[in-house]
Amino acid sequence: MKYETDVVVLGGGGGGMAAAKAADKNGANVILIEREEENGGVLNQCIHNGFGIHYYRKDLTGPEFKETLQEELANTNIKILNSAFVLNVNKDKQLTFVNHKGIHEIKTKALVMATGARERHFNSLAVPGDRVAGIFTAGVAQKYINLQNLKPANSALIVGSGDIGLIMARRLHLEGIEVKGVVEILPYPGGLERNVQQCLRDYNIPLYLSHTVTRVEGNKRLSKVYVSQVDENRQVIPNTEKVFNVDALITSVGLIPLTDPVKFVETGPGFITSNTNQTSEDWIFAAGNCTVVFDLVDYVSREGEKAGKYAALYSQNQYFPEQKVKVKKGKNINILHPMYIDPNERTKLYLRVSKTFKRAEVTVEPLGIKMIEEEARPSEMIEISIKPFKDKNLKEIEVSARELG
Amino acid sequence: MNSVEYKKKKIVCTNCPLGCKINVVYADADEIEIVEVKGNRCKRGLEFVKQEITDPLRVVVTSVKVEDGEISMASVRSDKPVPLRLMQDIMKILKETKVKAPVKRGDVVIQNILDTGSDIIATRSVNRKK
Repeated sequence: MKYETDVVVLGGGGGGMAAAKAADKNGANVILIEREEENGGVLNQCIHNGFGIHYYRKDLTGPEFKETLQEELANTNIKILNSAFVLNVNKDKQLTFVNHKGIHEIKTKALVMATGARERHFNSLAVPGDRVAGIFTAGVAQKYINLQNLKPANSALIVGSGDIGLIMARRLHLEGIEVKGVVEILPYPGGLERNVQQCLRDYNIPLYLSHTVTRVEGNKRLSKVYVSQVDENRQVIPNTEKVFNVDALITSVGLIPLTDPVKFVETGPGFITSNTNQTSEDWIFAAGNCTVVFDLVDYVSREGEKAGKYAALYSQNQYFPEQKVKVKKGKNINILHPMYIDPNERTKLYLRVSKTFKRAEVTVEPLGIKMIEEEARPSEMIEISIKPFKDKNLKEIEVSARELG
Repeated sequence: MNSVEYKKKKIVCTNCPLGCKINVVYADADEIEIVEVKGNRCKRGLEFVKQEITDPLRVVVTSVKVEDGEISMASVRSDKPVPLRLMQDIMKILKETKVKAPVKRGDVVIQNILDTGSDIIATRSVNRKK
């Protein structure tokens, strides 16, 4: 079967559903493609609260956030294709997807990529030892417990203190699994401070900062994890080894933006976009964790809406940026999004600093924007709003951070 | 006269993702009296600190089993925060809880759990198995 539409949204999570909604609202015909039977992406298994505080001004759980978005979609003309996997996107604005009825083609005018991110796996850490059962990513453990009613461990150690790792520490503990600790190689926790409080301190789960896993051991199933302290250069300090007798090691060691199956767009490692979420290919827009990994689904959905809106305008020949100003990472900036600005439109700048600051001054030059951040940490995204600016000669903007004494 | 002890505590507000680090000085007597609060970026932080010193509250989130459902679990939460000290007891009850499909988001699964004044509600809908 052959489809034709104005906007295709690829991915039915918090970013994709919001993108579809906004594209529809801006007058486009929309097809939303989701590979799972059900929309929602990772929201389905994120049954904890803390979602929607900015986007819906309510404290919701993942499934509630998803169902609320889904109800908004139900009142529209958006065509949703579930259990459909996109195999190919080509430069002639054609997509090929497969579902249980066969292989199909879609001709579109614009595309929104909202494909999210995947978890980095333990094997990417190159830890010596046995390749045994019992090592899971936090997201997989979360799916087992929250959706499939499976118990993946009796006792566990968690490596990586990202938000998913912290939340899974609490979840495992409350399900009666002994959590012996969370190991973090950096001197500060990777997740939000509130999660350190409500997931670890609330239940006296130890957090081992500046520690790393040096070896895993077991016969078929994991039985021992060796952990050592590291110095400021992340080198193992001798004679600091601890041994944990656990049958599971849960990893929360980062997310990687997923850009498949689009191969011909500027990435680094996620899609590089402008403030209107347009990529280097002018008919392709991208939003959410497939660009950079955001702290909150609220930001993902907000960015999704923006991508949907501009994709719709583009498909109706109503959006042509005349100027693209490059945004450059200055001193102490690790993550920056977006990387280009259309100065006629408003900008939400998201950034992560590259180290911890007691008090940081973040500057956007030459626009003369200064922001003071108390306790800026790489794990907590900083947002800066920039108004449209008209300066025909401006080619580049630089964002940097410095410690304030 | 009873002597009053002043205590200093660093509390992380869990009301929202900002996670303000709040420094509080309080007098730990029969009636807790807050002497100084610093670091909260909104009023809710002050309320949070008072509660946190006397009896911390948290939202319970977990899943319960579903009979005849399209999927076997339905996620639930407490509609208001419950005392943290009751968390294990509440989890024990919810582990034994079974609901019958269909389940609608917002359905009350258990009313006024352990007399906390908080209901356990479903956070997702589950259709009946076809």
